Amino acid sequence: MTPRASREARREPPGDYGASPDLGVDLDLGTLFRDGLDRRSFFRLVGGGVAVFVTLGAEDLFAQGRRPYPEDLNAYLLIGADGRVTVFTGKIEMGQGVETSQAQMVADELDVALDAVDMVMGDTDRCPWDMGTFGSLTTRMFGPVLRAAAAEARLVLLDLAAARLGVAREALTVAAGVVAVAAEPGRRVTYGELAQGRQIARLVGEKAVLRQVEQFRVMGRSPERFDARAKVTGAAQFTGDLKRPGLLHARILRPPAHGAELTSVDTAAAARLPGVVVVREEDLVAVLHPTPDGAATALAALRAEWSAPPAGPDTETIFAHLRRTATEPQQVDLRGEPEALLEGASGRLTSTFHKGYVAHAPLEPHVALAELVDGKMTVWASTQTPFPTRDSIVAALGLPEDKVRVLTPYVGGGFGGKSAHRQAVEAARLARATARPVAVAWTREEEFFYDTFDPAAVVEFTTALDGAGHLSLWSYDVWGAGSRGAELYYDVRNVRIRSYGARGSAIQRDGRRLHPFAVGPWRAPGANMNAFARESHLDIVAAAAGLDPVELRLRNLVDPRMRGVLVAAAEAFGWKSGRALSGSGQGVACGIDAGTYVALMAEVEVERASGRIQVKRVVCAQDMGMVVNPEGAKMQIEGCITMGLGYTLSEELRFEGGRILDRNFDTYEIPRFSWVPKIESVLVANDALAPQGGGEPAIVPTGAVLANALFDATGARLFRLPLTPERVRTALARAVPS
Amino acid sequence: MSRTVELHLNGHAIGLETDGSRSLLWVLRGELGLTGAKHGCGEGVCGACTVLVDGAATQACLTPVAAVAGKRVVTIEGLAEGDRLHPLQQAFVEAGGFQCGFCTPGMILAAHALLARHPRATRQQILDGLDGNLCRCGAHQRIVAAVEQVAAGKGGAS
Repeated sequence: MTPRASREARREPPGDYGASPDLGVDLDLGTLFRDGLDRRSFFRLVGGGVAVFVTLGAEDLFAQGRRPYPEDLNAYLLIGADGRVTVFTGKIEMGQGVETSQAQMVADELDVALDAVDMVMGDTDRCPWDMGTFGSLTTRMFGPVLRAAAAEARLVLLDLAAARLGVAREALTVAAGVVAVAAEPGRRVTYGELAQGRQIARLVGEKAVLRQVEQFRVMGRSPERFDARAKVTGAAQFTGDLKRPGLLHARILRPPAHGAELTSVDTAAAARLPGVVVVREEDLVAVLHPTPDGAATALAALRAEWSAPPAGPDTETIFAHLRRTATEPQQVDLRGEPEALLEGASGRLTSTFHKGYVAHAPLEPHVALAELVDGKMTVWASTQTPFPTRDSIVAALGLPEDKVRVLTPYVGGGFGGKSAHRQAVEAARLARATARPVAVAWTREEEFFYDTFDPAAVVEFTTALDGAGHLSLWSYDVWGAGSRGAELYYDVRNVRIRSYGARGSAIQRDGRRLHPFAVGPWRAPGANMNAFARESHLDIVAAAAGLDPVELRLRNLVDPRMRGVLVAAAEAFGWKSGRALSGSGQGVACGIDAGTYVALMAEVEVERASGRIQVKRVVCAQDMGMVVNPEGAKMQIEGCITMGLGYTLSEELRFEGGRILDRNFDTYEIPRFSWVPKIESVLVANDALAPQGGGEPAIVPTGAVLANALFDATGARLFRLPLTPERVRTALARAVPS
Repeated sequence: MSRTVELHLNGHAIGLETDGSRSLLWVLRGELGLTGAKHGCGEGVCGACTVLVDGAATQACLTPVAAVAGKRVVTIEGLAEGDRLHPLQQAFVEAGGFQCGFCTPGMILAAHALLARHPRATRQQILDGLDGNLCRCGAHQRIVAAVEQVAAGKGGAS
């Protein structure tokens, strides 16, 4: 590993608006800037140098999703006169390591040293538009674009060098940002010298050929992360660490329950406190103070009355509510004659599974700092979605798009929860109302109240197995979780998969309220529940047929990638073949997410008296295509499995209607050191495939693998997540002893 | 009530003119500009605000400033010596004992306090010693490896 002693110093200090002097550049760039940023603004923002723009084609519209791409520049990088390369990316760093892995891609394709690369991330004024950092999309969707830009920039620089040195492009070699004539290595010029005094913009036109795995020097390795030193010294700046002159800290009056309406509020006592500013603006009542504790004191001085919230389902009645309320199903898959087999097939088995709401609970709550200067609103936000955050502020404040800028410092964990960005809108509104810089930092209680939870869900699943151990029927209905991860990869002829109720919104299209509070994407949205149901049920089928759980899966799998990870996991784990209920506490489960195939095997011990499950060991075999940063990929696997222990063993939000009962980590327990097993990762080589997603896949089968291991250890089968000690005790009392 | 609270902060004697009932966390992060200690839960149940008070891991969010009068307070900013990282910091870098980094300052200081009590801490002592510090990213395995390295005398800067 290369030490990066001054890396943190190169991240821009907060408040540096990144504005370079206007160079007065006036290039004729044709239609390049037609609908986007005009060229003068562009060079004012980035300074001089060689810039490369990528205009994505139509096929990429799908990858980016909901919003069609404007015809403007989408990704770019800049080579400065000092030879440093600045990468502008709309992606953000929240722990997943993409600040480093994206720089690795650029360094390799451009032929520069990794430490010559600087990253500008999540700045809406300088970075190409991006929907957000989620869905394990950075490497697999944005990665190819970024690599193409870097490869194209290399061609541009080679052309400049060819002209300068008076030779053909083919006669040149490049290493570490230095171009030399291959036959006369003394004739050389650096990228910095080539970029000196030029402002060149070029569209990716000629298709630059991306490097092959065997040509990688920087990709495929695990250099020290760019953020390492800053994060261990406390120098890393998160949004809440920023200061602005005259900053006020805000606390906002919150309802006691979702659905409660403010009927009256008396702010007089709070307003009398020294230094306190009170804002009342339609639905927004806030108290502000130069210190966060001063604002908290003022909040406690508010006297508010609220209407009683409407009654609604609670932690236990939610499942019946979902089945009753969910809209007609979306048909995800339909093949063969599933309905006939549901009536007549032999070897049928039906299971029903449940799962409650789960919180994102990043250690850093939602935070934003907003400042209005000369009509321009600048907002630093802890967000996974800087561009949609800007759009929300534009809409809420009625400002033109170019009058709102969102910047994204390091984000202290997101997991999908920081796609929602209410706090940034609140900060912007309060900054406008007070004409002062304003910080909104949610308390843990606010974080638990306004989280966009992973939804409660129900799955009803029927299969039929023939005498040869082949699945002949697959009838799968899911309520609430959506269909991600419910897609079939086993080889079955008669299939019906249906998903009831739209995922991701509390209110359905028919106007009925499906969830009592906001729900949203949570690390591999829905896939955790779908894998829990599918893979638990397959073990039930295996047990009923007297088959080894791995053998049952292999008999019904033709997909070579899934067979590959399953076999690799069994080998690394030392799977002991035989019927489930071996007493050894081993479990298996598989899944596909973000283009990546994963098989988990686990070993658990169950403390019978308490019902507590201690996970001893988890082996993960993962085929994620080409791997850009192997240690980074393994860190994501470990993170997935460790975080997955939470939704599997303890996490279930308790609520009564719109009233949230869990408000902090004392009652809502997330994984701790004492829970964590030995985790071993096997990256199954597949360099022929472009890089696939890594941030989510391994969390998907975590619930199922532990439920299956619990069954193998004790004979207790649980149909509801999480597998709490109380539920395990109850199931043990019913279980047949082995 | 505003009064002068005197303490040693990261090796320097300082006097603070402040209301002694204010939480140490807000004073560190505000007036003192030391933002390494984070606000994660406000109730002393996550460990993100961990600092050392006379060498012991202490939740700054629950500690009134008056309670550290005359004591030695060390924050994450006080651990490295100039450019030279503390062995624990170096071990966290090498083992990859962090992801988002929000819990990391508290985690390193909790490990520091643990190793002060048990310089050759066993794996079990490390798990017990860090159990009050939450990490949501799931960096636990590598955090334990980092602390084990130092406990075994193998880790970190020389």
